[in-house]
Amino acid sequence: MSDTITLEVLRYHPETDSEPHFQTYTVPYRDDWVVLDALNHIKDHLDATLSYRWSCHMAVCGSCGMMINGEPKLGCHAFLRDYKGSVIKIEPLDHFPIERDLVIVQDSFMEKLSSVKPYIIEDKPKPLEEGENLQTPGQLKVFKQYTQCINCLLCYAACPQTALNDSFVGPAALALAHRYNLDSRDCGKDQRAEVVASNEGIWECTFVGACSEVCPKHVDPAAAIQQTKLSASVDWFKALLLPGEKK
Amino acid sequence: MSRRPYVRQIERSWWLSRRRYFVYMMREATCLFIALYSALLTDGLLRLSQGPEAWDSYVAAISSTPGVLFQLVCLGFAAFHSVTWFAVTPKAMPLVVKGEPVPPKAIIGAHFALWAVVSLIVFIAAGI
Repeated sequence: MSDTITLEVLRYHPETDSEPHFQTYTVPYRDDWVVLDALNHIKDHLDATLSYRWSCHMAVCGSCGMMINGEPKLGCHAFLRDYKGSVIKIEPLDHFPIERDLVIVQDSFMEKLSSVKPYIIEDKPKPLEEGENLQTPGQLKVFKQYTQCINCLLCYAACPQTALNDSFVGPAALALAHRYNLDSRDCGKDQRAEVVASNEGIWECTFVGACSEVCPKHVDPAAAIQQTKLSASVDWFKALLLPGEKK
Repeated sequence: MSRRPYVRQIERSWWLSRRRYFVYMMREATCLFIALYSALLTDGLLRLSQGPEAWDSYVAAISSTPGVLFQLVCLGFAAFHSVTWFAVTPKAMPLVVKGEPVPPKAIIGAHFALWAVVSLIVFIAAGI
């Protein structure tokens, strides 16, 4: 008899369920399978009604974030072999409403992300004939780590502040704001500050640090937020002491 | 088909659910003990201003067994706060020297070294 492993998956069908409930599935065990492979096996062979998001299967698209034994993880990044001998409990990402089964409602994050203007903002639009914006490897190195974010939302599921304060902009969006603020080609720091340096921005963060611990791409959003706090404080003092000066 | 998203409530005991949350709450709780110790020191200043008798009774109170125990508990929380804070300083204040980032261990080590030097100065000044 070949090996098997048991998964307890949280199910919620808005058409029929008043609240979520766990459903147990037994799937074949393979050393090289990840949790996402097990879910795909369920979908293909056991229960086609199971809903979950996924796309690349290689920790690039950021779609398959879920709670695996209470820890936010990418389904494609969590090997069954690390859970051998125990039941694997799978739930939708914490701190988000459940749309259906493992699918969460991401609307609030999308609004927060767009509110920090995560794109290069120029002072004056530059005509094409003036050529490309040059950047040295040193200037790239300053922010490159923060470009690795795949918006998988594991950091939001790990952060208790996002659960306790709906309006908190949150780790990934603030890390991306920091990424553009540090970019030598960008001039949008003051525009982003309206959201980033507000109460709902960096100051809602109490440096739990969980976001950085669970980040599968080592973006370290907690570091980005603390650095932004320092920089925002310096800007505030400068504005206080030197009114009218450009930051 | 209408949407009916299900919102899960966060439990009051969320901070007991994972070790990292518990350690965080302990770090936050240290502020209570630091505030209490600050109140004790402020009371000391007040007693000092009230003359030798008031000062002597203050010294007797903080030298008693409960007084010493209280100060040891405060010291423990203050040390926990400092150590956890030192551990995260490389995130909040990353240093770049000659274009290369300073290793986090060096930044943390520098904080411990500075702590030791300041403590030594305090011990010497206090005549211990």
